[in-house]
Amino acid sequence: MYKKRPDGRKFDELRDMEAKVGIIRRADGSAMFRIGKTIALAAVHGPRELYPKFLQDPSKGILRCNYNMMSFSGSGERVRPGGSRRSKEISMITENSLYPVLDLSEYPGAVVDVFIEILQSDAGTRCAGICAAALALADAGFPMKDLVSAVSVGRIEDKLVVDLDKEEEDYEVEREVADIPVAIMPKTGKITLLQMDGICSKEQLSKVMEIAKEACNKVYEVQKKALLEKLSQ
Amino acid sequence: MNIIQKHIHALLEKDQRLDGRKFDELRKNISIEYGISPKSAEGSAKVRLGNTEVVAGIKFEVITPYPDQPDKGTIMAGVELLPLSSPEFESGPPNIRSVELARAVVDRGLRESGAIDFKSLCIKKEEKAWAVVIDVYSMNDEGNLADAIGLCALAALKDAKFPKYDEKNQKVVYEERTNKGLTLKELPIPITIVKIKDKILVDPILEEEEAADSRLTVTTLEDGRVCAMQKGGKGPLTAEEVDKMIELSIKKGKELRKVLEKSSKEK
Repeated sequence: MYKKRPDGRKFDELRDMEAKVGIIRRADGSAMFRIGKTIALAAVHGPRELYPKFLQDPSKGILRCNYNMMSFSGSGERVRPGGSRRSKEISMITENSLYPVLDLSEYPGAVVDVFIEILQSDAGTRCAGICAAALALADAGFPMKDLVSAVSVGRIEDKLVVDLDKEEEDYEVEREVADIPVAIMPKTGKITLLQMDGICSKEQLSKVMEIAKEACNKVYEVQKKALLEKLSQ
Repeated sequence: MNIIQKHIHALLEKDQRLDGRKFDELRKNISIEYGISPKSAEGSAKVRLGNTEVVAGIKFEVITPYPDQPDKGTIMAGVELLPLSSPEFESGPPNIRSVELARAVVDRGLRESGAIDFKSLCIKKEEKAWAVVIDVYSMNDEGNLADAIGLCALAALKDAKFPKYDEKNQKVVYEERTNKGLTLKELPIPITIVKIKDKILVDPILEEEEAADSRLTVTTLEDGRVCAMQKGGKGPLTAEEVDKMIELSIKKGKELRKVLEKSSKEK
């Protein structure tokens, strides 16, 4: 039985969040998203011409995301600079999670670059990165069908918990922790990111989806507020 | 020459700069923030120099001392010009500009000034020593990254606390931090000066950097001595110009040093 979370949160409680839009002047759009101690920064550059040319799509612009952990942002040893297998994969799933809200048909041959930098990590960096990236794209003024909000839901022993931190992710009992990052388009509830590490039953998983939707809506409120703050400046 | 460069030249004739500063004037809004990544980095800081912004973080590693220096630890410095911070920066391995900044501004300034006593980083002679790894990242480039990077590296070093070292298992316990910080015997402050036509300007903004014929970064110590220099750009400098630049960098280094010292008091 998992009775209590290490930081005293309720099982369905997210860590405190903070979002800020327009943090990098030289980018076309930018944002910071913090959840607990995890801090993600994102900047959008583009649309701009894509080189080498054979990568161009003559019918529409393409989205290119690059997720990177700053070398001092890991929880243990220094993270070696340069891409890792992990950062490559996260870059790709980030692209896929954002594509459904974007319409790049007006920019054939162009690329929209999204750079995500993790300043500090305490689990949930890919979700924080997606939240920051969605805000940065909105800040850049792209036509978007919706925002994208992301958070991870997990299972620790018999409990389904929202927004695991590093300590929970490393829960000592093997096979008794599952981590499921989810990204949702808040207006329609459609899912744009879904991954899972660990074991869950079918029943637990349908419950997870319900919980994730509710949690993402809370993330969405924080994102919306940050965008409105920028617009009211 | 583009239109902005022509405009800069025309202004210089009237002893004016693009942003209204005097030739020997630093940008006014300089700020230092400590502990911007306190959970994961043993030391961290953010520096704003005008609208230019950089962050730095410190990680400690345990290494085997170099055979020729068995009782010394070391420092390593890296600079990354993130593509996030400017449309001109590209992804990929460090390019020559970031290598120059890491070597000439961060590493050389700290090493040659003797700011850090490498002997104090020794854990066990010939076997174990600390390596202090400094990584600096550009967040927004609006000119003179060099001075911002140099200042930010110092601020992060001031913020740093050693992690615990578990002698028995011979490993670093990153989750536990000690109260021991690094002793900085010197604070080597870099000041960058550019030459445009025959004028000499301190703390260039982006447009001035692009219009510059050459530049000189001079790193100075508290007593006014110079501990590192790096000339950049394709244009030559006369000996008189170098003299003038060094004199100016000593004067301006004092101002920037005050900002750093004051910021640490507030912490």
